[in-house]
Amino acid sequence: MTLDDARYEYLLQLGDSDLILGQRLAALCGHGPALEEDIAMSNVALDLIGQARFWLSYAAELKGGEADEDTLAFLRDAPAYRNVLLVEQPNGDYGHTIVRQCFYDVWHFFVLRGLMDSSDARIADIAAKSIKEVQYHVERSGDWVVRLGDGTEESHRRTQAAVDKLWRYTGELFRSSEAEQLLAQAGIAVDVATLYEPWRAHMQALFEEATLELPGDQPMQCGGKRGEHTEHLGYVLAEMQHLQRSYPGASW
Amino acid sequence: MKNNWPLWEIFIRSQHGLSHKHVGSLHAPDAEMAIKNARDVYTRRNEGVSIWVLPADQITASSPGDREPLYEPARSKVYRHPTFFPMPDGVEHI
Repeated sequence: MTLDDARYEYLLQLGDSDLILGQRLAALCGHGPALEEDIAMSNVALDLIGQARFWLSYAAELKGGEADEDTLAFLRDAPAYRNVLLVEQPNGDYGHTIVRQCFYDVWHFFVLRGLMDSSDARIADIAAKSIKEVQYHVERSGDWVVRLGDGTEESHRRTQAAVDKLWRYTGELFRSSEAEQLLAQAGIAVDVATLYEPWRAHMQALFEEATLELPGDQPMQCGGKRGEHTEHLGYVLAEMQHLQRSYPGASW
Repeated sequence: MKNNWPLWEIFIRSQHGLSHKHVGSLHAPDAEMAIKNARDVYTRRNEGVSIWVLPADQITASSPGDREPLYEPARSKVYRHPTFFPMPDGVEHI
């Protein structure tokens, strides 16, 4: 794998995770548990889709030819997607939505903070621009984890159930793909293994406040960065890509 | 949907030097979340530099029925308005 191949793969990893989570959250627009929450989550969805556009545009430039951010988003099938498995998991109840978001946001923050020092100036720029939005995402989902975890008996039970169910998808966040390893050595990517300790410490403090328990060691589900996805991604893409697949080249 | 969250009145300061202005209200479980919700509902088009939130039930309002005793006496006293002074050009926010 050349450095440029790795760079392309890595940009897909970053962009696809943002895009799929953005698409997941966008599906809540008009269905949020309260009007205010609906607007807030849609804002987060738009932030993530905006960030995905930066990553995928850069990836498309490396790929060259006819590729652009839209062909990458709308004309790739599930095995070509490089997002982590966590973000393709269904919205479930709001406890699941929030816990998924919290796991991702905190990890996302540490990744971007590392990428601000990337030797690739374009990546460093995108990270610096995105991290301000993500800082707010971290606060917001964390606030909700505390309120739901330390809320009523039922909200506590549901949030803990979401933690137990989604925990198996967190291991992948800290396991480097081949592309990531190459790029981390070149100072372009972050070595995600080093993010585990700060991420876990953040979760531990948050969960203590939320009266939730961190699950113990267990087997982790991985494969998203290699294109081996859970069954859910196909459905997400079917909905997201339907228009471009049925009416190629359609635009507003 | 049933919404048991209390109502909050939202005040936004649009730029430094101006005072906070009432922009509307929203529901939130507590003050901190009210600020976050206000950020998302009322400042997404770059409207503000500062947000205040106030529990709506903490506001005491004058009664519309008291209009006459409250406001009528001031109506006939035009000399209380500062309109009799020439203002220099370029003075803003008066």
